Amino acid sequence: MTAIRLRGLTKCYGTDTVVDGIDLDVRRGECFGLLGPNGAGKTTTLRLLLGHTHPTSGNIEVLGYGIPQEARAMRARVGVVPQQDSLDPDFTVVENLYTYASYFGLRGADLEARVVELLELASLTAKANAGVLQLSGGMRRRLTLARALVNRPDLVILDEPTTGLDPQARQLIWQRLRSLLTTGTTLVLTTHYMEEAARLCDRLAILDRGRVLALGSPRELIAAHIEPRVVEVHGPGVETWRLSHGQHLASRTEQVGETVFCYTTDDQALLADLTTRPDLWFIHRPASLEDVFLKLTGRELHEEPRK
Amino acid sequence: MIDWSLPSLSGRWIVVWRRNLRVWRKLAGPAVLGNFGEPLLMLLALGYGLGGFMGQVNGLSYLAFLASGVVCSSAMNTATFEGLYSAYTRLSVQQTWHAMLCTPLAVDDIVLGEAMWAATKGTMSAFAILVVMVILGVVHDPIAILALPILFLTGLCFASMALVVTALAHRYDFFLYYSTLLLTPMLLLSGIFFPLEGLAPAIQMAASALPLAHAVALVRPMVVGAIMPASLVLHLLVLLGYTAVALYVSTVLLRRRLLA
Repeated sequence: MTAIRLRGLTKCYGTDTVVDGIDLDVRRGECFGLLGPNGAGKTTTLRLLLGHTHPTSGNIEVLGYGIPQEARAMRARVGVVPQQDSLDPDFTVVENLYTYASYFGLRGADLEARVVELLELASLTAKANAGVLQLSGGMRRRLTLARALVNRPDLVILDEPTTGLDPQARQLIWQRLRSLLTTGTTLVLTTHYMEEAARLCDRLAILDRGRVLALGSPRELIAAHIEPRVVEVHGPGVETWRLSHGQHLASRTEQVGETVFCYTTDDQALLADLTTRPDLWFIHRPASLEDVFLKLTGRELHEEPRK
Repeated sequence: MIDWSLPSLSGRWIVVWRRNLRVWRKLAGPAVLGNFGEPLLMLLALGYGLGGFMGQVNGLSYLAFLASGVVCSSAMNTATFEGLYSAYTRLSVQQTWHAMLCTPLAVDDIVLGEAMWAATKGTMSAFAILVVMVILGVVHDPIAILALPILFLTGLCFASMALVVTALAHRYDFFLYYSTLLLTPMLLLSGIFFPLEGLAPAIQMAASALPLAHAVALVRPMVVGAIMPASLVLHLLVLLGYTAVALYVSTVLLRRRLLA
């Protein structure tokens, strides 16, 4: 069963192609991540999914609804955690939940029970009658998540759900998202935290310039795109060491600033050599999603202006 | 790609209206004080103070003449402010409309809900002036209550016009073009502070091309108990026409802005 089906999805603004022929299937019940540098087309893809903008060409199906034609019916069954805070500052925590529920036409005893549940889920029961302006960043984010769940959605779309949060607040959001997954809810999230993607996502797509560069589970992506071991070396003689030893001992090396990254399947010889070099420091670690991401999308800054 | 289709008039706008009512109720104290206090002071000062020099205007005391016009401009001002500053705050600062668009609500529902709400607020402030007029002894006939639907329509008309401006705005200062270049001249030349009849024909023409003069022409005889003008239907059509066109244009512009 697919929750989302995209075929040849393309969105152009003038001569600028922001989403460039994306084909994707998100399965029901999975956590699917969209990764990519700024300007990769993540947010535009989410807006297309929600029917907030019409595709230039291609097909979108969300929960079996054709988008954008049936976007209204689809949105009744979807929860959204937007990137930008849109809580009502004039309302308390519960008033925010009741007001948002009213947009879905929800009311009555069932809604009251749901609000109690959501306050608990967001760990905001003690703050139920506090004004939104008195909440910390983490609490606001949790309230936004609780608000997105008011209609018991089958699919929750989250645009950078933990950006700007401290580690504790982030952990709490992750816990809540995991417990949502156990209830069978499908999650689609964008992030540029590789750790978040690796921990939460069953599968993910790495996007750049509107295209899918790679697709798979975090483990599959690491296995398919990068050597399993990474040794980061730096120190005064690192440049000459790279040419004389590094590039022969590793399958691939890359210099970024003062650091040489050595990618390898067998790091024994490399490590043996480095232990004889008191002028070089090194970190030895397994390859991560971040290495895949940087390899595929490049190390240069992506600073395209945002809309 | 611009969606030129007519606004879909479903009943969903009511939840947008209710959301705004809920916010208003939290801040109702100062709002009600403002609704009553300002017109009361203005009518006392100008109506009695200035009126003392003027005698009768078009067969009415100056206080009655002024108050029966101000009731219209108050509906206009309140609805306009709500459609400009408050609506823009919800559109851009608070992202309220973006949140609504993540639910089954559509842009058309939001625009209609906002226009109806701003019209409601306009009617509330106009009603406050009617109450002040009763207290000051200007309004005697309960038939004056029939002016409320016209005042609501006046509010809806100016709310819709304000939403057109909001749809084009990218900062609050932009609204000064609209209020300085259009609203204020219209306010001064719509027969609220002095009768239009003595003005140059060109100015009279300009005034009658704009909606406020028509609202005044309808509301003034209703509240002071005078005979309704023969051109009643024409005045009503002008108000309805402005409302319909502005509602349509603001919906199209906001669809373009929010669903780009």
